[in-house]
Amino acid sequence: MLARARAPYAFLAPALVLFAAFLAAPILYTAYLSLWKVKVSGLGLGPDARTEVWAGLGQYADALSEPDFLASVGRVALYGLIVVPVMLGGALLFALLLDAGRTRIGPFARISIFLPYAVPAVVASLLWGFLYLPRVSPFVWVLEHSGIGAPNLFSSQLVLYAVANVAIWGGTGFNMIVIYTALRAIPSELSESARIDGASELQIALRVKVPIVRPSLIMTFVFSLIATLQVFAEPMNLKPLSNTISTTWSPLMTVYRDAFTRNDIHSAAATSIIIAVATFALSFGFLKLVGNRAFGQES
Amino acid sequence: MSTTRGNGASPAATVILLLGAAYCLVPVLWVLVASSKSLDELFSTFTFAPSTHLLDNLAELSAYRDGLYWRWMANTALYAGVGALASTLVSAMAGFALAKYEFPGKKSVFNLVLSGVLVPGVILAIPQYLLLAEAGLTNTYWSVLLPSVISPYGIYLCRIFAAAAVPSEVLEAARIDGAGDWRSFARVALPMMRSGLVTVFLFQFVAIWNNFMLPYIMLGDDHLYPITVGLNGLLNQGANQPAMYTSVITGSLVSIVPLIALFLTLQRYWRVDLAAGAVKA
Repeated sequence: MLARARAPYAFLAPALVLFAAFLAAPILYTAYLSLWKVKVSGLGLGPDARTEVWAGLGQYADALSEPDFLASVGRVALYGLIVVPVMLGGALLFALLLDAGRTRIGPFARISIFLPYAVPAVVASLLWGFLYLPRVSPFVWVLEHSGIGAPNLFSSQLVLYAVANVAIWGGTGFNMIVIYTALRAIPSELSESARIDGASELQIALRVKVPIVRPSLIMTFVFSLIATLQVFAEPMNLKPLSNTISTTWSPLMTVYRDAFTRNDIHSAAATSIIIAVATFALSFGFLKLVGNRAFGQES
Repeated sequence: MSTTRGNGASPAATVILLLGAAYCLVPVLWVLVASSKSLDELFSTFTFAPSTHLLDNLAELSAYRDGLYWRWMANTALYAGVGALASTLVSAMAGFALAKYEFPGKKSVFNLVLSGVLVPGVILAIPQYLLLAEAGLTNTYWSVLLPSVISPYGIYLCRIFAAAAVPSEVLEAARIDGAGDWRSFARVALPMMRSGLVTVFLFQFVAIWNNFMLPYIMLGDDHLYPITVGLNGLLNQGANQPAMYTSVITGSLVSIVPLIALFLTLQRYWRVDLAAGAVKA
């Protein structure tokens, strides 16, 4: 280790300045904004008609009792219960199959499944959005020509799954690569000796490989959870193709509406803090639950 | 690393992976086919039946408001290229300091970085907008570039790479040879961290390229839009003017070509080991 006094601070300076300006300051500012509200006097006209008054936790109480917001929270909870297990289950399955190496199409499958990571969520939503439209959809065409009749994927019952599918499509490949990278780092002797002991491929996968890549699974879970609770781009870009996605479909869309459509930044700030605290509580709770050492250990 | 693989092929494994690959390729194949269709054909011929209008559609896309689409592509390349490059350098410097120096406050800084990784972007976007508005920077290139440079996760990765790839003895030797701290970093450590830095760069490049919410909030002038916000605008117009749909679809295809090309050429750098530090610990 080197031990010169000023150098490490100089190396850290740009990161710390940017961290302060674009992470710390916005968080503190949001917390501050959330404690105030705008009071409109008279007809709300004139320069002094809108004044900011102390609201304490009033904005939080309002947000937590707003039906639109609560509905969006429930929606995203269900959405997360679908997206995270399906995406990570698929990613783990594909990674284990690729690592076992018992197929000739490995490289082709790896690249194909990873490919959606190169497609922005905006474009992914757009492509799937057209594939859901009854007049364009090949799925609808196939189902109707086979006489089954096709469901309308944009109906209010199914639109949640339609949005979830876009996220699963976009995220599975990246998580697969993360898990696959960890699997490839396992010394082959471990699988070999298990095989000599008579373990089946399935037992090797579940008893030897999965426990070793546990830290990667924990990290992919936490990152997926954070991303899922913030879902925004997918519903925002499916919305123009469907009338079943409201402007408060996800909690983050509610924040956006409050801040920019209603011009109520105080309410938006309180809602942001609620989402952030919930996300933090879930991520840390999960990390504690699994007794995490994946992250934050001093090596 | 050479791994002795299980013996024999497994048809079940092949079938499952083929299904996964098909699921991932269908929308990409669809946009390839759909880009070749005229507006009428889009809604009338079988979805996967290609047509001959790709060049017409490209010409129409290029003609849209004097080539605005290409400006969006150039903007995206600028945001992602400059943003990711700056982010990689800032992260490398910070990661190097955290891995290779002992100094008061080191643990606090590291804990700060770690908590930054878990901060959901949701609470940042609106106050970032308000703070940049105070500084008169919203609706400029800076409003998208500056927030993209700080990446706690990039710093975390760089710390792991610096700890693993740069032996302290080498830095000590450089110091004895009279190299200053900056020179040791730039000439000795950076080249040793190179392959890790490429991963950090790509990671950030894709994140900025794909970002929607930040530019959507920050920018009002559509000449500054990146491609994601531009396509969203086109799509919203399409709701009233279906004629825009061919441009939306062709624009989607063209927009994913550069990243797919980047993926295929730089495949070996996509070894994203999120928990690299833990595996070694």
